[in-house]
Amino acid sequence: MNLNIDVTEGNGKSAMKLAGEIDAYTAPQLKEKLLPLTKIENNQVEVDLEGVHYMDSTGLGVFISALKSVNESDSKMRLINLQNRVLRLFQITGLDEIITLDTAIRGGND
Amino acid sequence: METLKSDISNYRNLLKHYIEVRDEQSLYGAEQISKMFIKNNVPPEEIINLHIQALEELHPDMPDYFRHSMNFLLEIMISYGIAHQEHHSLREEQSELKSEIAMAAGMQETLLATTKPEIDCLDIGVVSVSANQMSGDYYHFLKGRDDSIGIAIADVIGKGIPAALCMSMIKYSMDSFPEATMNPKTILKNLNRVVERNVDAGMFITMFYAQYIPSESKIRYASAGHEPGFYYNAQTQKFEEIKAKGLVLGVSPEADYRQYERVIHSGDMVVLLTDGVTECKQGDRFIEIEEVLDVLNQYSDLPAQEMVDKAYKHFERMQNFQFRDDFTLMVLKKEADGQ
Repeated sequence: MNLNIDVTEGNGKSAMKLAGEIDAYTAPQLKEKLLPLTKIENNQVEVDLEGVHYMDSTGLGVFISALKSVNESDSKMRLINLQNRVLRLFQITGLDEIITLDTAIRGGND
Repeated sequence: METLKSDISNYRNLLKHYIEVRDEQSLYGAEQISKMFIKNNVPPEEIINLHIQALEELHPDMPDYFRHSMNFLLEIMISYGIAHQEHHSLREEQSELKSEIAMAAGMQETLLATTKPEIDCLDIGVVSVSANQMSGDYYHFLKGRDDSIGIAIADVIGKGIPAALCMSMIKYSMDSFPEATMNPKTILKNLNRVVERNVDAGMFITMFYAQYIPSESKIRYASAGHEPGFYYNAQTQKFEEIKAKGLVLGVSPEADYRQYERVIHSGDMVVLLTDGVTECKQGDRFIEIEEVLDVLNQYSDLPAQEMVDKAYKHFERMQNFQFRDDFTLMVLKKEADGQ
């Protein structure tokens, strides 16, 4: 399974749109694309996870690295449109309390 | 060297025979010789050389252009010979690495070994299977001087060797904590600091720590972002999720853990697991946790060890079943008083 990563940047904001699976095979690609965005000073990083139906704990590892990195560069990161299965992973691990998740428009198709 | 010499004369004879009659038998002979060359690590340019020599013996009147072309081919094959040599040494290195990893895996097993405590009132069963050679799952039992039993189940995120090394660190940290601090929330808080300081940013550990106090038939527990376990009520024959929230180890140095407790009644069970259990797949479909619980329920009359063994076998036997991750399943069963 693959992971498609689309990034649009501009006006102090980086928007990343993901589709596919985030696992041990695709997590390194995500890390490679996401971490540079989190190192930009005062950046707003938004990651749209609507197209992600499966993520394992290696994916969480990438978001934890990204969180530590935005904190160092005075930037902000938020994850939007999480599918239930993916949201559950953030909730179990307690990461929902330290990573900003916007679940208002969560995809409900699983 | 003797065998090589006989191969050379064999080669010439076979080639001669083939040029004369072009039969299948000589081709089969060629296949055998080529296998022998590979076994003896004969480089490709050496074979071309052999071919030229054989041809010169068989056809001294070979045209010049043909002889030149064969020398040209020989030159071409030299780089292939070097590549072949590299491939050969890489294979040797690979097999050395494999045996080193096997040794490390054996050492991990020794380092992390834990003995399942035998106590009257609590029947414990556990099965732990790693997806790779070295496991990132971990469980550990500790018997306190006050007869309490400490039970840890953990999963290192990140797989393979780094995860396995990390587990050893956790085990030795736990061993070094003074017994007076052995309550679940303090253990997790202390471990969190150890992990936060010592592992890199993308790595973290989830752990569920439970402590069973026989005199009160009570368990205390706390979770650091671990896959929730289940409580089985023998009276209603139903499972309920054990709710315990807490941040995974290694992310924030300030994390605090909430401790919960409950009394376990006779016949009741606590089921603990790692996410390898819920991330198993059959074909394209994930195994739902309900299926795992149904299987456990089916075997709930058996001793705890048989229950987990049967549950594991149940999934292993399924068609197209695959483990994506290390798999650990543990059952703690409160036995009837006086048994």
